[in-house]
Amino acid sequence: MSATVLSIATMIALVILALALLLSVVRVIIGPSLSDRVLALDLLTVSAMGFVGAIAIRTGLTLYLDIAIALALLGFLATVGFARYILSRQLPRDAGAENQP
Amino acid sequence: MIADLMIYLGCAALLLGALFTLLAAIGVLRLPDLYMRMHAASKAGAVGGGLVLLAVALVCFDAAVALRAIIGIGFLLLTTPVSAHLLARASYRTGYHAHKLMEVDELKSKSGQTLM
Repeated sequence: MSATVLSIATMIALVILALALLLSVVRVIIGPSLSDRVLALDLLTVSAMGFVGAIAIRTGLTLYLDIAIALALLGFLATVGFARYILSRQLPRDAGAENQP
Repeated sequence: MIADLMIYLGCAALLLGALFTLLAAIGVLRLPDLYMRMHAASKAGAVGGGLVLLAVALVCFDAAVALRAIIGIGFLLLTTPVSAHLLARASYRTGYHAHKLMEVDELKSKSGQTLM
């Protein structure tokens, strides 16, 4: 009984998370600026983490949980790096006005 | 008995987390401005990922797995606001203009000069 409920629930969750991944990919493609794309990539990492968690429940292999935690760490570091890149890409143009203390 | 209850609770948390993640994706796709999109992605996205990890902890019903899942939830709740803040700060400083629906810009003084 509970195994059937678990199987159906993980299947529904996988479908919903696949839809969320698809919508995030649409925003990555059409995003007008780099910041929009970076934000959509951040959400893409979080939903991929949810996907891995749902697969961990479905297969019963809890080793997938470590993959999810590593994915969260990777997404955070990627967003921090992209924010630094966005900040440093623009600075040489108006470096004199921005960097005055 | 307890294990069955935990499995049902885990299924509910999993479906709720997936729905929150879908809500975050719809918000990122439909909202008009980077700052509003960031509102959707950082709040609903963090809640969705945290609920899925909570579902893993509830279903597996094991102390080591639950500890790892709770560490993952804490990490997610700790890092998502930081990354959203960093991205918003970088975008504002490089001149991403807010949508005209944004009425109060606390980072701009009355003479039009940015304070950041």
